Amino acid sequence: MTNIERHTYDVVVIGAGGAGLRAAIEARLAGKKTAIISKSLFGKAHTVMAEGGAAAAMGNVNSKDNANVHFCDTMRGGKFLNNFRMAELHAQESPARIWELETYGALFDRTKDGKISQRNFGGHEYPRLAHVGDRTGLELIRTLQQKIVSLQQEDNEEFGDYEARLRVFDECTITEVFLDGGKVSGCFGYIRESGEFVVFEAPAIVLATGGVGKSYKVTSNSWEYTGDGHALALRAGATLINMEFLQFHPTGMVWPPSVKGILVTESVRGDGGVLRNSEDKRFMFDYVPDVFRQQYAETEEEADRWYDDQENNRRPPELLPRDEVARAINAEIKAGRGTASGGVYLDVSTRMPAEVIKRKLPSMYHQFKELADVDITKQPMEVGPTCHYIMGGVEVDPDTTAACVPGLFAAGEVSGGMHGSNRLGGNSLSDLLVFGKRAGEYASAHASATKRVTVADSAVAAAAETALAPLERGESCENPYRLQQELQQVMGDLVGLIRTRTELEGSLTRLAGLKERIAKVGVTGGRRYNPGWHLALDLRNMLVVSEATARAALEREESRGGHTRDDFPAMRPEWRCINLVCTLADQSIGLTRKPVPAMRPELLRLFKRAELTKYLTEEELAEFDAIAGQGSEN
Amino acid sequence: MTTTSAKPSPAMPGGPRPRAAIAAKTLRTDRWWLPSLLSGGGFGLFVLYTGIRCFFIQESFWVEQYHYLTPVFSPCISEKCPDNASDLGQWLPASLPFFIPLPILTLGILTVFRLTCYYYRKMYYRAYFMSPPGCAVNEPAKKYSGETRFPLIFQNIHRYGWWLACGLLMINTWDAVRAFHGADGDVAGGFGIGLGTLIIWGNLVMLWGYSVSCHACRHITGGRLKHFSRHPVRYWLWTKVSKLNAKHMEFAWASLFSVIITDVYIMSVSAGWITDLRIFN
Amino acid sequence: MGTDRHFRVWRGNEAGGELKDYQVEVNEGEVALDVLHRIQATEEPDLAVRWNCKAGKCGSCSCEINGKPRLACMTRMSTFEETETVTVTPIRTFPIVRDLVTDVSFNYAKALAMPAFKPPGELAPGEYRMQQVDIERSQEFRKCIECFLCQTICHVIRDHEENKEAFSGPRLFIRAAELDMHPLDARSDREEFAQAAQGLGLCNITKCCTEVCPEHIKITDNAIIAMKERVVDERFDPLVRLGRKIFRRDRRQPASTK
Repeated sequence: MTNIERHTYDVVVIGAGGAGLRAAIEARLAGKKTAIISKSLFGKAHTVMAEGGAAAAMGNVNSKDNANVHFCDTMRGGKFLNNFRMAELHAQESPARIWELETYGALFDRTKDGKISQRNFGGHEYPRLAHVGDRTGLELIRTLQQKIVSLQQEDNEEFGDYEARLRVFDECTITEVFLDGGKVSGCFGYIRESGEFVVFEAPAIVLATGGVGKSYKVTSNSWEYTGDGHALALRAGATLINMEFLQFHPTGMVWPPSVKGILVTESVRGDGGVLRNSEDKRFMFDYVPDVFRQQYAETEEEADRWYDDQENNRRPPELLPRDEVARAINAEIKAGRGTASGGVYLDVSTRMPAEVIKRKLPSMYHQFKELADVDITKQPMEVGPTCHYIMGGVEVDPDTTAACVPGLFAAGEVSGGMHGSNRLGGNSLSDLLVFGKRAGEYASAHASATKRVTVADSAVAAAAETALAPLERGESCENPYRLQQELQQVMGDLVGLIRTRTELEGSLTRLAGLKERIAKVGVTGGRRYNPGWHLALDLRNMLVVSEATARAALEREESRGGHTRDDFPAMRPEWRCINLVCTLADQSIGLTRKPVPAMRPELLRLFKRAELTKYLTEEELAEFDAIAGQGSEN
Repeated sequence: MTTTSAKPSPAMPGGPRPRAAIAAKTLRTDRWWLPSLLSGGGFGLFVLYTGIRCFFIQESFWVEQYHYLTPVFSPCISEKCPDNASDLGQWLPASLPFFIPLPILTLGILTVFRLTCYYYRKMYYRAYFMSPPGCAVNEPAKKYSGETRFPLIFQNIHRYGWWLACGLLMINTWDAVRAFHGADGDVAGGFGIGLGTLIIWGNLVMLWGYSVSCHACRHITGGRLKHFSRHPVRYWLWTKVSKLNAKHMEFAWASLFSVIITDVYIMSVSAGWITDLRIFN
Repeated sequence: MGTDRHFRVWRGNEAGGELKDYQVEVNEGEVALDVLHRIQATEEPDLAVRWNCKAGKCGSCSCEINGKPRLACMTRMSTFEETETVTVTPIRTFPIVRDLVTDVSFNYAKALAMPAFKPPGELAPGEYRMQQVDIERSQEFRKCIECFLCQTICHVIRDHEENKEAFSGPRLFIRAAELDMHPLDARSDREEFAQAAQGLGLCNITKCCTEVCPEHIKITDNAIIAMKERVVDERFDPLVRLGRKIFRRDRRQPASTK
């Protein structure tokens, strides 16, 4: 208890991915003393895994594109469960956020006239994704990282100290958020390298910790993705919404087993890749749901023409939103038409010349070459669904990203609402930028309006005790690695892509059992860079978030986006109006129902009535008719 | 237990933090020394051959009958050269001090060009200077200052070596054109082709390949530009040179050996050890 | 289907350490990182190894395998003989933290000293126009995942600790080249900085950095040599300087919106 580092900051950003870095930049630009907490090394965040691009309606490739179209696509993709205001802000502000990156030094691929090139992606009506080959996430994180360096250089010139106003604490994990009188007062964590504890006193904390995917066995997420921000928010008294909606990316690698889950970018399909089953059938044509029937091609010929002429042809069904494609692949595999390793074929080798493949999909080419010894210019890839993204997260105010706890903000994957029940590919990177910026901006404003906060020693002592507990229990107790495996098994088997009541109930029983065992987790070794200890501390976050997902999934008796119930296979309009809000009380998740905010009339009018009938209840439609009538009178 | 543990160097106060205490100079298990051994040996042989040839066998470099001039002695500018072989004049005396080789100009240019070449630098730094002997293999030298000081700072004159070598290449090209010479001046206007002609041309292609694929050439053609789009021709050239540049090492070796082969062949024909295989005239 | 393999893993910290032996099961398709994780999960829960994406995209799991700096996640076990002992050690050039984890802050410190991209003053966001051919060279360097394998293999600092002060290393040379070739970067002193502050002259282009780069960036040919040649233009070549004076032409034409 002797050597606990204490720091005082105006804004502490937990998470050093796209959202966190963008928030930190904004807070620093607002003149706030800002700390960035990075769970791993600076610049290694999960954002680097994003491949396809960042969606922004710049209209560089197709001038018909604009923010309204993007907004509609986002709502459609999220099955109208999105927080409309977030979707609106996102569509409006993402072009500016992308252009801003260029001033930080980003080099996106270009169009012929020198503008940022944009590519097609599932669910986006026009080519919309600003990209750099298939390593857009890396470009984003590096650009933001370098912008932070440039701000630190400015501070060095002004104050003679690079870290005067912006400091990165890398390999540092936050385990507790402190409140003082119901408001955020700081947080507590450990430094991986030394195992020493650190306390930050700050009136404003931005959560930007990403997602929860590590609770699943087959996942595209890295070890960091243990739902830390979700859990911190819950423990601080904030609420989570939409936790039942997890996106299973349709195309993860399935072979070799050790890389199962690693992402195969959607651009493979956007650029012409097709899905085939073991009978060599291009099966996606059989899986176009009614709500999308009009926008998607019905024959292979039409689908193939679309790549060259998008004006006069409809899109190939491979480019349906991710949830649809994932379910289709799952169904094919279940029906026995999968490959030997339990996937389907994703083929570009017969669709494009080898050079084009290598130029357009360089990292995919290398990934398969080096991890699976498969040459994608000659052979098809084998792919299957993999846990990829959680739509749910901290319930926030759309404009300010503030959670219901004063001083707590959330941006990026850890926040909920923006993507509704299903996120469109490419909307994540732009989400990071748009709401990362807003989080930094409003966290700074909050910090300005708040007087100095302090963290009580007793709270620090309690947090330290909790953190040290696994080390003190020692080896004779539960092994963290085994517990993690079991948790992943439960979530993968019982709360996976397709869910049923009995399985979900079973999962809750198993999670309850795990909860008792996780309370007894013990590790050997010292405090210095001890992965076993770190995992032991992450486990409780994974558990509470898994429980939130399982409970919400059990409650929601319909199928929508990233939540598919075998026993309630249809989308039900009455459920569209309902958000399930998770709270934590007595170590246990409670659920309440809350209405989804209703879209403003002028936004609702962007949709055709025929489309809305698929989503809205009768009463809502009646309201729409009333509004539409008013609209035409004006 | 196998172990390579060693006492760590004590961390000096304020000094660098210690690294992992691993005593082995390298833990590589492959034959990392082989490439350096081969390239160092190969280059050594070339130097040895050229040295002997230039200092001790200052004859048999010209075949009058077919106008073959060995590239090692081209341009032939000594009074020792046959008239037909010295198109550029004879401005060096027939007898030079023993320490000056006959083809001093050629040798000088080639030395400057090849010794400052980015590929050869890599090769001899690794093979001869052991700096490093192989990747991830400890360098024996205690001090290292790279190319920051005399004499190695002069590596920066590589581009001048390239310009000079290009001049030399023009002469080599002229030599190769002249090598289309038949024994019978009345047939086809004196035109002829022999195996020697082909060898000379093969060597010429290698020499051009080596020179055009040079990093300095790549820089001069377009590498120094900031905006390719404003210089389409230079950009086009740069892309071609870049392609060749990827093969610079191969050209470096191929041209070394092709020079030796050409020289040995011409020497043999000139000395009468073999007769040139004639294809035409 | 698994085979039993012999592994040696360096365990220790700054006070010393040793190679420890492990017999581990290896299954088809696995990479070295899988094996390290198995050791962690079954025998040594506190074995320190840094990793993140396990797909060769984040550059965290750099270590030395049989003496060669590599990404553990991209080292397939099928590339070793079944009877071969696989030795895993931390990257050697940087201070040890514990086991396979090293303190790579050197690289961040050097990045902090590197002047950032300077945006062209006259252009507002959204007005940037660049041709694809003009950005491709820089884009190659921006593929860098910062695994620092090039930094650790470079003998200039690997074998000469004292050079760390003066030498930034290949990772930062490609950054220098990236910015110098960026069509809209408004700085014109990149060469000077590379030579004077980054220690470009210490590099003797022995190409080990290029050999280990997991992204296959042609570090030496495309960045270091290109920068060395540009430094010659700026610093050493009297003719180039004379030519510029006479023709009043600068290689750096001002950025324009065209």
